[in-house]
Amino acid sequence: MPDLIAKSALGLPPLTHAGTTLMESALPQITAIAPFPGQTGAVGDALGLAFPAPNRVTEAGDARLVWAGRDLAFLIGAAAPDGLPASVTDQSDGWVALTLSGARAVDVLARLVPLDLRGVQRGQAFRTALNHLPLVLMAEGEGAFTLLTFRSMARTAWHEISDAMEKVAARTALVQ
Amino acid sequence: MRIDGRGRIDRTRPVTFRFDGRVFAGYKGDTLASALIANDVRVVGRSFKYHRPRGILTAGSEEPNALVEIVGPANQTPNTRATVQELFEGLVARSQNRWPSLRFDALEVNDLAAPFLSAGFYYKTFMWPRRFWEGLYEPVIRRAAGLGSLSGRHDEGVYEKAWAHCDLLVIGAGPAGLMAALTAARAGADVILADESSEPGGRLLSDDAVIDGLSGADWVAQVLAELASLPNVRLMTRTTVTGVYDDGTYGALERVGLHRRPRPNLPRECFWRIVAKRSVLAAGALERGIAFQDNDRPGVMLASSLPAYLNRYGVVPGQKVTLFANNDSVRATARSLMAAGVTVAAIIDPREDAPDEPGITVHKGAQVKRARGRMGLREVLVRVGGREITVETDCLGVSGGWNPSLHLTCHMNGRPRWSDDLAAFVPVEGAVPGMLVAGAANGSFSTHGCLAAGTQAARASLEALGVTVGQADLPQADDAPYRIAPLWAVPGKGRAWLDFANDVTVKDVTQSAQEGFRSVEHMKRYTTQGMAPDQGKNSNVAALAVLADATGRGIPETGTTTFRPPFAPVSIAAMGAGGRGEGFAPQRFLTSDQASRDRGAPMVEAGLWYRPGYFPKPGERTWREACDREVRMVRSSVGVTDVSTLGKIDIQGPDAGRFLDFVYTNTFSTLPVGKVRYGLMLREDGHVLDDGTCARLGQDHWLMTTTTAAAGLVMRHLEFVSQAFCAGWQVRFVSVTEAWAQFAVAGPLARDLVASALGHAPDLPFMGCAHVVVQGIAGRLFRISFSGEEGYELAVPTRYGEALFRDLTARAETMGGGLYGMEALNVLRIEKGFITHAEIHGRTTAFDIGMEKMVSGKKDCIGKAAAARPGMTGPAREQMVGLVPLTDDVLTAGAHLFAQGVDLTREHSAGYVTSVGYSPTLQSHLALGFLQNGRARHGETVRLVDRLRGVDVLCRVSDPVFHDPKGEKLRA
Repeated sequence: MPDLIAKSALGLPPLTHAGTTLMESALPQITAIAPFPGQTGAVGDALGLAFPAPNRVTEAGDARLVWAGRDLAFLIGAAAPDGLPASVTDQSDGWVALTLSGARAVDVLARLVPLDLRGVQRGQAFRTALNHLPLVLMAEGEGAFTLLTFRSMARTAWHEISDAMEKVAARTALVQ
Repeated sequence: MRIDGRGRIDRTRPVTFRFDGRVFAGYKGDTLASALIANDVRVVGRSFKYHRPRGILTAGSEEPNALVEIVGPANQTPNTRATVQELFEGLVARSQNRWPSLRFDALEVNDLAAPFLSAGFYYKTFMWPRRFWEGLYEPVIRRAAGLGSLSGRHDEGVYEKAWAHCDLLVIGAGPAGLMAALTAARAGADVILADESSEPGGRLLSDDAVIDGLSGADWVAQVLAELASLPNVRLMTRTTVTGVYDDGTYGALERVGLHRRPRPNLPRECFWRIVAKRSVLAAGALERGIAFQDNDRPGVMLASSLPAYLNRYGVVPGQKVTLFANNDSVRATARSLMAAGVTVAAIIDPREDAPDEPGITVHKGAQVKRARGRMGLREVLVRVGGREITVETDCLGVSGGWNPSLHLTCHMNGRPRWSDDLAAFVPVEGAVPGMLVAGAANGSFSTHGCLAAGTQAARASLEALGVTVGQADLPQADDAPYRIAPLWAVPGKGRAWLDFANDVTVKDVTQSAQEGFRSVEHMKRYTTQGMAPDQGKNSNVAALAVLADATGRGIPETGTTTFRPPFAPVSIAAMGAGGRGEGFAPQRFLTSDQASRDRGAPMVEAGLWYRPGYFPKPGERTWREACDREVRMVRSSVGVTDVSTLGKIDIQGPDAGRFLDFVYTNTFSTLPVGKVRYGLMLREDGHVLDDGTCARLGQDHWLMTTTTAAAGLVMRHLEFVSQAFCAGWQVRFVSVTEAWAQFAVAGPLARDLVASALGHAPDLPFMGCAHVVVQGIAGRLFRISFSGEEGYELAVPTRYGEALFRDLTARAETMGGGLYGMEALNVLRIEKGFITHAEIHGRTTAFDIGMEKMVSGKKDCIGKAAAARPGMTGPAREQMVGLVPLTDDVLTAGAHLFAQGVDLTREHSAGYVTSVGYSPTLQSHLALGFLQNGRARHGETVRLVDRLRGVDVLCRVSDPVFHDPKGEKLRA
């Protein structure tokens, strides 16, 4: 019997407006890790990554531990070891990962996200909202962001972001 | 008339536009108002109630008269202020509230009937007969009154919403605002400077101010150049701050594309939400008029608009101007006009001790009694000393003093203070946390005063943020004192206008007081003063001064009405940008979405999800035919449906079982690994919150399912219970709804289909669960049923959902089965008497739905105590029953149940219907509902009545489980 075929949430080609590009990333491995009471230190030790403070990311090699809520972090880019004193849940299929990067990425996100993203650095991440969609937003460095939202809402997210990109591009064209 | 060599318009870029069908010429940089003045158009609109011809009154956003419709290819925007609308090539504008034309308006007859149409006329006249109000009076009045018209189509224009953040928000870019922004920017603060005009500068662009030896405009240019060189300043022109909200949040409306020809994707407007640590309000002041007879004639304007039109746009609205003012400010205006070659006929000053002005006749102790010239001012009648003289003039500039623009300080319940010196209200300190008021908005009316106040406000704001600001030299500017002798209305006969936009006169306000509406709030509502689009900016203070006079109180005792957001009109389309049609809410799509649509399934909304209603086959003409077929298919062979929308919550930890015992009414901790149990959850008040199953995947690992509707609600509930009552327990949970695609397989052939998909027969007892491998992929299999047939649910990671759905569909079809949708799913569960949120709608208890035995007596749970309160159980409760019609009639959900023979009144309603459907299995319509003492009434006949839909059917009350009551099929 043939194996089932995996599909990405969108399967759309990258979109560029005003030097800013939106694209769907390959599905990262995402594991939700929720330490049991008093176990954040032990979880951090076992992972080799400090459990992040709110709005922070800790990194080691390819592995990133992203704060994702109260007593909750997403381990991205590495598998969780067995026997953690935490609830460990595979979330890889629950999210769609989009990247937005370029000169106007911050301006585009200012249309959608109620946070001041000017000057945020890699190492910062936010559990916030993209208009009415749930959002985990990770800063990737100068003008680049990874956006995780519910996979079922991927089309709405794409529409909202591309719509904001078009408007920002139309404004940019006025200035030039 | 255009004046050569004046104004900031670009004379190299002529622009043509249309007003009421006629083509006119203007220049880039003009507003519609200035271009109409340049073309000597005097009448621009008709008044709200009396349809009097009206001209342009102001040069700013407070304009009450010059409201026009802007007609674009896709939009028709009413009530646009011609003083704000900038000119662009091809602009089409139309005057409002006139028929058939602006020059001849049939409803001007209202003006002749004015003696009968004073304040309160409608309330007194249209009381009787009462039923005529809605059908006749109101539509007629609405047609006669009013402002612009709507196109009746959706506004498909592009609008935008955005967020901005800063240390200091400076509102207004006049001398105070520019100094505030400059001071803060030099100190390194993150500054937003917002100004409603197309150009920053405020009155400095209009008046003949001199700062540090430069003209006002040159000084502004110098400041702007410095601000532009600083990376920490954002200048937002054409942006009106419209409201102040909690925690330093400000609403602001930016005109992005309204001053240009439409172009793709360019927003018309953007509604900003600006979050500022501190703010400086430097919104300036608004000039006010003086009421006298027929002071609304076209050509009577606010005096300060004249230098604005002259110096910004190079136009004057008359060749022989007269000025009428109770303060000194028109002296500079007169000089400015004369320097441009305009004749100034006279200055009329009510003050006996008014200063002289060289080269101009100044009538001291004089008042304008009346204006004449219906379609354009011809002359004014002036009372000076004991005699009356006539002054020939085509433009009268009036100044009754200045009102600080303090509106935003009142948006969080602040009340302004009356200043006798200024004869105006001024803001009180601390009215808005974090906001300081500077310049004319705070009652400093000299240029020097504004510059100093702006600097000081920025300094104080930054110091509050812990930033020290170095000393800098203040630019040198004029510091003339403000001298005023209050005059609100010239006594005399005839109508003297206060509120031009809503046609409210001095007489209306005094009449309001005479008729007992003496409070300013009552006067406002009785006369409608201040309720027009200008929100009374031009008339509030004068109207309450007249009211104070009429009631014998002082102005401070009379007080003001409340200023609320928005400060200026905001398009709903801007506030709701992106929210039209499908943009209203996020859309959630199943992995099977495309496959379902490919089969022609109409999608129904279930919360935010889109689920297939049914899967039509060729030859089927109605949804019922498809639904009946799908139900029979599941009962006779096998059906597949996507159930991924159900909430899935992964629960882990040594205390997980204990936690589940606490949130569910029944016991879970004793459930063996590999088994599933149905559970019921109560709210704290004892009513049913949700139902669903919970599977024990491992010793400390559980998977809870919720209904689609309550997935978020249950997650929130678990969070609350965990944090509030179970802190410290070794349990954590996380939603995995999105991570798994799950499909129900139901019917007598379900086991065969699952065996075919897995490659081996599923060895699961009823209510069992197992980890399985589905075509190479690790999945989960549950033997549960929502249809009453033998049923399985097969789950795989979401990325494989579409592939598994298509695979299961193909396998089912080869076995004579296929897909079924929401309609069939609903009928199948009604046949089995299974509940959904139609039944557990928030007012029902476990007792009501017949599940009181599921509330374990051996342990406590959320809602157990409250569910035991008196009145929560017993025969008086409406209990869930089945209903079978005695005839072949269609039943409706929402219908009420009555005992036979009683009157059909509210008091006799004994219950109601929650779910209905046609059962092809039982070949009858069926319903579920709630009936008082219903479980004791099986076999009784009741009357099902739906008066909205004209349904009245006799039904037999039955057990809610119509099909296979012993559950032999699902355990097979």
